[in-house]
Amino acid sequence: MKTDPKGVLTGEHYLDGDHACAEGALAAGCRFFAGYPITPSTEVAERFCSRIPLVGGIFIQMEDELGSMAAVVGASWSGKKSMTVTSGPGFSLMMENIGLAAMMETPCVVVNVQRGGPSTGLPTMVGQADMMQARWGSHGDYEIIALSPASPQESFDYTIFAFNFAEKYRVPVMVMMDECVGHMTEKVVIPPAGKIDVAYRTMTTLSPDKYLPYVPEKNLVPDMMPVGEGYNIHSTGLTHDERGYPVMSPDAQDKIVNRLVDKINKNADDIIMIEEEDTEDADIIVMAYGITSRVTMPAIFEARKKGLKVGFIKLITVWPFPEKRIKQLAKTAKAFVMPEINLGQVVLELERIVAGKTKVYHVPHAGGWVHDPADIYKAIEEAANGNKK
Amino acid sequence: MSRTEIRVTGYGGQGVILCGYLIGKSAAIHGGMHATLNQSFGPEARGSACSAQVIVSDEKILYPYMRKPDVMIAMSREAYNKFAPELGGKGIMLVDEDLVKEAKAEKNMKLYKIPATRIAEDLGRRIVLNIVMLGFFTAITKLIDHDAVRKTVETSVPKGTEQLNLKAFDSGYEFGIKQLESESKPKKKSTKKKKEVAA
Repeated sequence: MKTDPKGVLTGEHYLDGDHACAEGALAAGCRFFAGYPITPSTEVAERFCSRIPLVGGIFIQMEDELGSMAAVVGASWSGKKSMTVTSGPGFSLMMENIGLAAMMETPCVVVNVQRGGPSTGLPTMVGQADMMQARWGSHGDYEIIALSPASPQESFDYTIFAFNFAEKYRVPVMVMMDECVGHMTEKVVIPPAGKIDVAYRTMTTLSPDKYLPYVPEKNLVPDMMPVGEGYNIHSTGLTHDERGYPVMSPDAQDKIVNRLVDKINKNADDIIMIEEEDTEDADIIVMAYGITSRVTMPAIFEARKKGLKVGFIKLITVWPFPEKRIKQLAKTAKAFVMPEINLGQVVLELERIVAGKTKVYHVPHAGGWVHDPADIYKAIEEAANGNKK
Repeated sequence: MSRTEIRVTGYGGQGVILCGYLIGKSAAIHGGMHATLNQSFGPEARGSACSAQVIVSDEKILYPYMRKPDVMIAMSREAYNKFAPELGGKGIMLVDEDLVKEAKAEKNMKLYKIPATRIAEDLGRRIVLNIVMLGFFTAITKLIDHDAVRKTVETSVPKGTEQLNLKAFDSGYEFGIKQLESESKPKKKSTKKKKEVAA
């Protein structure tokens, strides 16, 4: 479907990643934003609240991040595409209601402009250490979708993808940006509204007396219903049946939790977005996401100059993880190298999947700055020499 | 043009970040180049020497941060003292000569001075000193096409201030061109250089 042109600021702009994210949200049709300011994400909220009166929609500065996420869940059920934006400490506070959104199957987007942690950590400096929290920060079993942009342009583009995934799969989608991208200003091209594809949640075709809110369709996602048209439904964070009514039984639990996980994992081929470069005949494959995928490139160029066969995988979506593709590549590649600005998070998934069939070299960074490409180059060289750290 | 790193620095309120933003925007939007802008966000941005870092290049910019500046614009003494050593005696230094009196050229570092604040005051508003500096930068470094920068100024400043800002830009630019001309006069190839300027 095409988007509402009112939110689309078509043209060439010089924007930071935060502002580009706000424009992406508006272009995707987001018309409700609840948030609480926190460095380095505040510029997203500032941009959104200055633009939304011209576009038509609601911005609320809430009392805190718990309230922000709760408001987003409510607004989404009223029919609006909704989002919130935060950074590490606020992300922690949102976890309870992110779990509620996952359980109630609420389409929504949560942007985390990652800074150094734990706790208040490094408010004005970069980190990528919330990646596991994005996946399973709330309690219980569920799956989400997470994307990670490496530039203001990608911040715009991926925010639109995030809304599309949220609407299609009725799931909280995380845009895992970072301080470096959020505060970096570059050219952002915003296409005409007619060129922006957006998804909307599927609305039921059943009449109110026939409709049940949690009967899954073929893709395991239930249809939603329009508000104010006589659909009196019940939705809850408690384990529920197809009517949305609480059912306290292992059978009901088995059914719903498996579906929450399966609707992402069984649709993984439709969701996963990666960029690959020279992976087919590579001896070494470097995998990275977000800002680290950019900083990695000079190291790869350097290694190729030295005659090494180095391939590259950039994760556009980090979760779900491209398990199938990695399994294929693990048969031909001699080693994987994975830099990330944390002490080892997404690399754990990579290690699990290659299961010892090929070596994995992690290039950790505690945060506060991006990697020095020389450190990534060193890891590639080490991988080429076959010396496991 | 290969990767060039520029640090714009001064004290908060001088329009340091805007100056850096306009350099980046000129290169990226009207100059056909890639440009990445970063700015100081720590406590240093709240009162003391603040700075913007711009990287411009014909190629895609991968590493987003400054390694070592090739060009520096210093608009205050504190900023000069803090950041000038980064040049390591190389590259180009542009200063407001009334505010950075101690600025000295070094072995491989070229120093260019302009009374930017005074010129801005003569134009009627001291606030446009950053745009005077931007014009000066455009003339001296020739990194970004003159028309690209001028167009960016015209389309980026608040409505109603276009004429003042364009005058500020032109004053800084002309001051820079004159300085280059007088610099090249004693040399043998002066005529050739003049042609370049005219082009």
